[in-house]
Amino acid sequence: MSAQPVVTEDAALRRLIDRVATARATRTPLQLRGHGSKDFYGEAPRGELLDMASLAGIARYEPTELVVTVRAGTPITELEAALAAHGQCLAFEPPRFATVPRRGASEATVPRSGTVGGMVAAGLAGPARAAVGGVRDFVLGAALLNAHGDVLRFGGEVMKNVAGYDVSRLLVGSLGILGPILEVSLKVLPLPPARATLRFESPQAQALERLQRWAGQPLPLRASAWWSDMLVLQLAGAEAAVRAAVQSLGGEVVDAQAAEQFWAGLRDQRDEFFAAAADAVNAGATLWRVSVAPHAPPLATEGEQLIEWHGGQRWIVNEADAPTMRALAAAAGGHATAFRGNKSAGAFSPLAAPLARFHRELKSRFDPNGLFNPGRLYPDL
Amino acid sequence: MDPAASPLTHAERLRRQGEIVAALGAVLPAHALLWRREETLPYECDGLTAYRQQPLVVALPETEAQVAAVLKACHALQVPVVARGAGTGLSGGALPHALGVTLSLAKFNRIVRVDPMARTALVQCGVRNAAISEAAAPHGLYYAPDPSSQIACTIGGNVAENSGGVHCLKYGLTLHNILKVRGFTVEGEPVEFGADALDNAGLDLMSIVVGSEGMLAVTIEVTVRLLPEPRVARCVMASFDDIAKAGDAVAAIIAAGVIPAGLEMMDKPMTAAVEAFVHAGYDLDAVAILLCESDGTPEEVDEEIARMQAVLSKAGATRLEVSRDEAQRLKFWSGRKNAFPASGRISPDYMCMDSTIPRKRVAEMLTAIGQMEQKHRLRCVNVFHAGDGNLHPLILFDANDTDELHRAEAFGAEILELSVALGGTVTGEHGVGVEKLNSMCVQFSEQERALMFGVKAAFDPGGTLNPGKVIPTLHRCAEYGRMHVKKGLLPFPELERF
Repeated sequence: MSAQPVVTEDAALRRLIDRVATARATRTPLQLRGHGSKDFYGEAPRGELLDMASLAGIARYEPTELVVTVRAGTPITELEAALAAHGQCLAFEPPRFATVPRRGASEATVPRSGTVGGMVAAGLAGPARAAVGGVRDFVLGAALLNAHGDVLRFGGEVMKNVAGYDVSRLLVGSLGILGPILEVSLKVLPLPPARATLRFESPQAQALERLQRWAGQPLPLRASAWWSDMLVLQLAGAEAAVRAAVQSLGGEVVDAQAAEQFWAGLRDQRDEFFAAAADAVNAGATLWRVSVAPHAPPLATEGEQLIEWHGGQRWIVNEADAPTMRALAAAAGGHATAFRGNKSAGAFSPLAAPLARFHRELKSRFDPNGLFNPGRLYPDL
Repeated sequence: MDPAASPLTHAERLRRQGEIVAALGAVLPAHALLWRREETLPYECDGLTAYRQQPLVVALPETEAQVAAVLKACHALQVPVVARGAGTGLSGGALPHALGVTLSLAKFNRIVRVDPMARTALVQCGVRNAAISEAAAPHGLYYAPDPSSQIACTIGGNVAENSGGVHCLKYGLTLHNILKVRGFTVEGEPVEFGADALDNAGLDLMSIVVGSEGMLAVTIEVTVRLLPEPRVARCVMASFDDIAKAGDAVAAIIAAGVIPAGLEMMDKPMTAAVEAFVHAGYDLDAVAILLCESDGTPEEVDEEIARMQAVLSKAGATRLEVSRDEAQRLKFWSGRKNAFPASGRISPDYMCMDSTIPRKRVAEMLTAIGQMEQKHRLRCVNVFHAGDGNLHPLILFDANDTDELHRAEAFGAEILELSVALGGTVTGEHGVGVEKLNSMCVQFSEQERALMFGVKAAFDPGGTLNPGKVIPTLHRCAEYGRMHVKKGLLPFPELERF
């Protein structure tokens, strides 16, 4: 198909197609992997390694179209640097997880904190999610490889597109089970001209209540974080709007440099809360990512809690059992993921009957040979 | 299967109709079941009136239990089911199936609740788009997507089409503004996509159900996100003496880091048509007019309007006017919002195209459309969601003149093929329906279309939910290819094709 932008068929793509053909012939499941920075996420990876990192590079970038098309193996940091050079960004702020350098690997010198393909496959977004949208909201198109070596392209490089089913958005959060993502087209946005960070002492219930109230007003509220009776807000937008909001909201203004460090640490899960969580996980606890209706009241559970997304994302570290956490999340309109730690009851909340069937059916249509990331999202997929 | 083609004889149709009426009569009250010719006539088309087909039966359930029962009964008989809201769709997505049931969901028109604390509204599928914002207004909230048909179109239809509107560059499409869709599977089983949370466990099935034109599930209830109403909105109207300059001005605004709340373009013939209709004081000498809107706090809007004015002047605007007050802002928009009815006044019929192209190709596209006007001997007026690249060329013709109709169709097909060739898509917001089935052959390869059929089959193994829409069969694409070559209509022969 030529009228549409096509994926450049170079040696890197050729190699992938050959690997997939061999895997299909020998019925060998493949584990799709970019940097491996999210190997910990979801169910345990299985199968032979299919290295996606070599399929890298920015294919097309048109700042005035607000669209960038990137090959899957491109480092997130490289893409963000290219966007920043034009005053633009990935507004959904994907996390860039640190990778443990493999022993003897020279690549340890190159930052391997996630690729664009992995970013889409995992579908994780950062602090700005509640205000700007998630990964799915910024995916305009994608190219997918099927088991026969066909390159399939869905969506496109334009903002509005309702031609056919939007398969590209379905890939977001699919953890690779529908096939290797080769290339994605993303909507990008200008960096906000001004930012400010405010801090308030506030117990949880009050913080949640305040956040809902503020989110319902025309304020340039971009991100929020609550931990240990401290509520931190990020304002971003036109200078005049940020200045006016700082005045009307009160609170303590956080120094710009400290604020940048704080939000980046939160985004990449390097800050104090996540460092402590890692220690707790090593000692046998689980780090839960509990996604609930933002206005849900404080969850009645033990353990340290960090709240993001104006209440919509609650990180909880405890040793509670999975059914308890999942019932709690369901009652608050959401679901609970065993993010790090004990996943014996499954990494993700189980699916209701018709949804589980749709998942199985979709998997069998996209990947009839069961080659791609088997069991990574749910054990039976 | 082509919905218009009925392989059955009249007697067989009647027998099938009797079967369905008997089955649905057992689960619906008598007044909720229509099958006589005169009763089903109002359902024969949607907003795309060129395609008409009476269904065998129209079901008008009043409760969810009845919807489930109708779906179960239809599933047992393997009868096609076409869900329908207000019928304002522009691509024939709600065109009835000759041997099917049209499931009218008009009675599900209740706003269940507006929750100001959660900034959400729970609404039934038959609630009108504009009614949501009206209900949310007392709380200082609104529902952002605003398709031009918003006073009539329903949220269920918006979910089916992933509808946009003039504000979608900044505020997104339907998918970006809803949290949850509740409804039924083709078998009549209850199902929920999305969550009250910002994401859900497993695949993001809501993202594929939205925009699937009623082919994957039946929507009954939607949880929409509400946004705080901006305190003020102001609009700059800029005139240009050259299409290319206007196109470059659009790029310059984006390059300056501004995301306008709305950014629309009208060409000269369109401006003349709407001015005669609404008397908004448009610049009739301008070759192109841009409407560029900013919304937010008063401080924010002042800052942004100043930047927009500077960029537009630098880009060569021949006239700039900023709305003084809300009344004038609405006046600026009145012409754009009435582009379709205004076109209806200057021509017996018009065909509305809906492709999207990269913004930077707009001048190229409009020049090519000018050449196509000569080639097909038909006029075309253009409105354009310039902010997101979505074009609405309106091809003017007289449907009573068969030759004109055919020329208009060829004209439209040529615009769509050029859109794909320029890196765009055949439909930006109106959907494929039945209207653009052929164009889907141009945009997607055989393997891509096969996977779309796979998605369809995953949700609807029997293929009875709105069959024959959106994805063209292999056979149809082969036919389209042959017809094209035969008639010598294939434009841009220099371009490589699959």
